[in-house]
Amino acid sequence: MNRLVTLYKENPHQGNLLLALIGSFLVIYFLPVDSPRLGNAWLESIKLTNWYAREHVILCLLPAFVIAGAMAVYISQGSVMRYLGPQAPKPVALGVASVSGALLAVCSCTVLPLFGGIYKRGAGLGAAIAFLYSGPAINVMAVVVTAKVLGAELGIARALGAIVFALVIGAIMHLIFRREEAERSATSDRGFTADEQEKSLSATVALFSLMVGILVFANWAPANSATWMVIYEWKWLITSGLGLLLVVLLVGYWQWSIPRLVALVAVVVLSAILVPGVPQLPFALGVLGLMLLALMSTRDQEWATQSWDFAKQIMPLLLAGVFIAGLLLGRPGHQGLIPDEWVNAAVGDNSFVSTLVASVLGAFMYFSTLTEVPIVEGLLGAGMGKGPALALLLAGPALSLPNMLVIRTIIGGKKTAIYCVLVVVMATFTGFIYGNFF
Amino acid sequence: MKFVIYGSGCSKCNLLTANAKSAAEALGLDYEVEKVTDVNGIISAGIMHTPALEVDGKILIEGKVSSVETIKGMLG
Repeated sequence: MNRLVTLYKENPHQGNLLLALIGSFLVIYFLPVDSPRLGNAWLESIKLTNWYAREHVILCLLPAFVIAGAMAVYISQGSVMRYLGPQAPKPVALGVASVSGALLAVCSCTVLPLFGGIYKRGAGLGAAIAFLYSGPAINVMAVVVTAKVLGAELGIARALGAIVFALVIGAIMHLIFRREEAERSATSDRGFTADEQEKSLSATVALFSLMVGILVFANWAPANSATWMVIYEWKWLITSGLGLLLVVLLVGYWQWSIPRLVALVAVVVLSAILVPGVPQLPFALGVLGLMLLALMSTRDQEWATQSWDFAKQIMPLLLAGVFIAGLLLGRPGHQGLIPDEWVNAAVGDNSFVSTLVASVLGAFMYFSTLTEVPIVEGLLGAGMGKGPALALLLAGPALSLPNMLVIRTIIGGKKTAIYCVLVVVMATFTGFIYGNFF
Repeated sequence: MKFVIYGSGCSKCNLLTANAKSAAEALGLDYEVEKVTDVNGIISAGIMHTPALEVDGKILIEGKVSSVETIKGMLG
């Protein structure tokens, strides 16, 4: 026996490989393949992934990546960081930090140095916590996809809730630790000074407004009001109009080559004529063409590379998330591995307990960017109340066990614990109010 | 030349390290590489966007991966 243990300790890699092999074999051997629930669950996961590919990828995700890429490149970080520096007045820093998460967090490994920098060398704990929370919570892609998949109401509730949370939690943390904050001394303000502005503000605003407009109208869904339906009839015309305006802007302000843009417009129009009734085709060609043209222009190359980075980072994980959500929970109206009764029992109403359960689960579970959307969708379809859904959306992306461990190394165990408790409490509270009064 | 690469170990940081090494080799410069992956170390150095490249005490690149050509231009 001792000989075996020593053997294992000397060859941990081989030992673990053997254990993993035996473990996987046992799982596969004992899989209840004839059980209808299991067979159905696999089908559900494939169907859900297929549905996502058809409904959401081209019209919603692609433009979201392009917009996020543009934000990373054209919104001057310096102009925002200025308000988060050591000299900035605390209320201003708090306010800016609460919304800036959407603008500043580019890659998840970048959030931590920024957070630590704001905490240790910048405006302090309050602003740093507000930034830490708002980054994953008001991530522009997450809000867009939430609104598309879960409905505008939940999307707006999430965005507003996140900003309010960031402000309140940041302020409370600052108040709790104010004595410590008063003692900090100013060190270098490296990274908090403004850069020179490259593009005129109005051009940048126009670019983003047009892109957001295209995103919104391309995804306009039918609903009950008459005005809504009128817009729905005209959505593609409006989207195309905005697209043409975008082309004009790119020629006028960004000095993109006219023949190439004309060629792109021609391709898009041609595809719409040749294959009528499938708006995804010209739309996809338009978006891809836009990025290719950006890639070819030396000045705007980075826009394309940033968008591509986002796509590479997020698509595989989102795909996995959708697959798992389908397997466990099935499409809305269908069941996966987890019976609806269990979901209903745990979080099925808008009661305080359900909302609390959802908050705590969300806080500990790890959600990579955007994967919270298919999971919440599955849960809603299985009977979760909308109050717990909002609580999950507000507590989930911002916190997870691995994330808590890393934050601990920067601000210490006590502050991390208080942060987590505040998030769970507020998520429960907000979810409860949303579920019962809206 | 002393290269210090700041980053928590994601693929971007590795790419920056590789590019910096290639650039130094292409120019025939002697170099040693130090990697700082601990978040607190990165913060105390004043860096807020990883990956970052510091050469002989000066932070040349912050927040992105530059190509071998760009780094060569900065070093040579």
